[in-house]
Amino acid sequence: MTARSVIIADYGIGNLLSVARAIEKAGGTPEISRDPEKLAGAERLILPGVGAFGDCMRSFLECGFEEPVRHFVTTGRPLLGLCVGMQIFFDRSEEFGEHRGLGLIPGEVRAIPKSDGDGLLLKTPHIGWSDLQMPAASNIPTWDEGVLRGLEPGTAMYFVHSYTAWPASSAHRYADAQYGGNLICAATRKDNITGTQFHPEKSGPAGLALMKNFVDL
Amino acid sequence: MRRVRIIARLDIKAPNLIKGVQLEGLRKLGDPNEFARRYYEQGVDEIIYMDIVASLYQRNSLLDIVSGACRDVYVPLTVGGGIRSLEDARAALRAGADKVAMNTAAVANPSLITDVARRFGSQCAVVSIEAKRRPGGSGWEAFTDNGREHTGLDVLEWAREAARRGCGEILLTSVDSEGGRKGFDVELTRAVADIVDVPVIASGGMGTIAHAVNAVQEGKADAVAIADYFHYARGTVSDVRNGFRDAGIDVRSA
Repeated sequence: MTARSVIIADYGIGNLLSVARAIEKAGGTPEISRDPEKLAGAERLILPGVGAFGDCMRSFLECGFEEPVRHFVTTGRPLLGLCVGMQIFFDRSEEFGEHRGLGLIPGEVRAIPKSDGDGLLLKTPHIGWSDLQMPAASNIPTWDEGVLRGLEPGTAMYFVHSYTAWPASSAHRYADAQYGGNLICAATRKDNITGTQFHPEKSGPAGLALMKNFVDL
Repeated sequence: MRRVRIIARLDIKAPNLIKGVQLEGLRKLGDPNEFARRYYEQGVDEIIYMDIVASLYQRNSLLDIVSGACRDVYVPLTVGGGIRSLEDARAALRAGADKVAMNTAAVANPSLITDVARRFGSQCAVVSIEAKRRPGGSGWEAFTDNGREHTGLDVLEWAREAARRGCGEILLTSVDSEGGRKGFDVELTRAVADIVDVPVIASGGMGTIAHAVNAVQEGKADAVAIADYFHYARGTVSDVRNGFRDAGIDVRSA
């Protein structure tokens, strides 16, 4: 098969074209696919996502993607979830009712509080560029492995979301960010699974650097 | 403190980038994606493509331009002009847009805002408001068709309604200030920003960096959309960023 091939799961959600172009730019060979067998057998797999958690999960299940993605995870090959594609890795979300996720990473997804640290109204969705930070529990100064390898804390990425993930274990917080005094889980990581709340495909050169790391994993 | 976005606004009459004064008297400036690439390289935060003709034929050309931009431009893209249905929104997103801006169709059928927000997420649903000061100075009226058609709607009421119906952002263009280089309509921006809980993008009238600073500090804009100031290279994205930073406004480092 093609070197550095990346399957982008098409379940009708997310800006697939931009993700594919970013992978191309990063030196990978993207293929947008809705074939469950292709997903299961991918070298690298991306789950894009945008919109509401429940809609995303419903489309994902209707496309028959749950089994192939679970199988893919057992192969140890790299899986990357983007935005809501990351959120569905967790156990559940409270967005528009209670929805179950894939439970690949323990934790849940909750609304960003509508007030800042001073009790003032905070506008949501959080739309814009926020700086990545090392999670407080992390004992290394900078990311030395995974898709964030080589990126510096303080690098800004593009976020669009009203809900944020709360990993049950701080070990699964890969990068944090702040929005109006609220802690945001910017990226999560567990074994071969990585998810970013931000959109690397929309985050300029820093996002492309992330994609290049993913393609090189 | 909020971080302010710097947005390049490209008004398109396919296949050209154009620029007008008060959205009239158009001048062709060239290939929009050459401009888009330049702004991306300068570190712009987002780009808005606004189709000022918005015919069916034009829209397809616009979507070709947008999908072309996705090869080189890795920041969020908003497409506006001629988005009349959920299907139009879907086509724009398929072409690589991240958000769609609605004006005429949203005025005629405000439930379109909710439909787009439900289907694609509120972050996708931008409502574009073209505001003109009422004669005598009592508030502003919303217009469509590049400031030519009256809607009879009060801008503040319409903005509130648009936010209530689930839009994720308001692109607020002052028709009076547009192309005049005399500054944003800060009073308008402030009036809208004060009553909605979604981000407000101030558009129209950028002449100097001080104008943009004013739109943010006095107008409470969450983002500024800049057109001919960039197109005529009167300043770069970095110039605006540095100006913001000097004024104590938080912007991303790029």
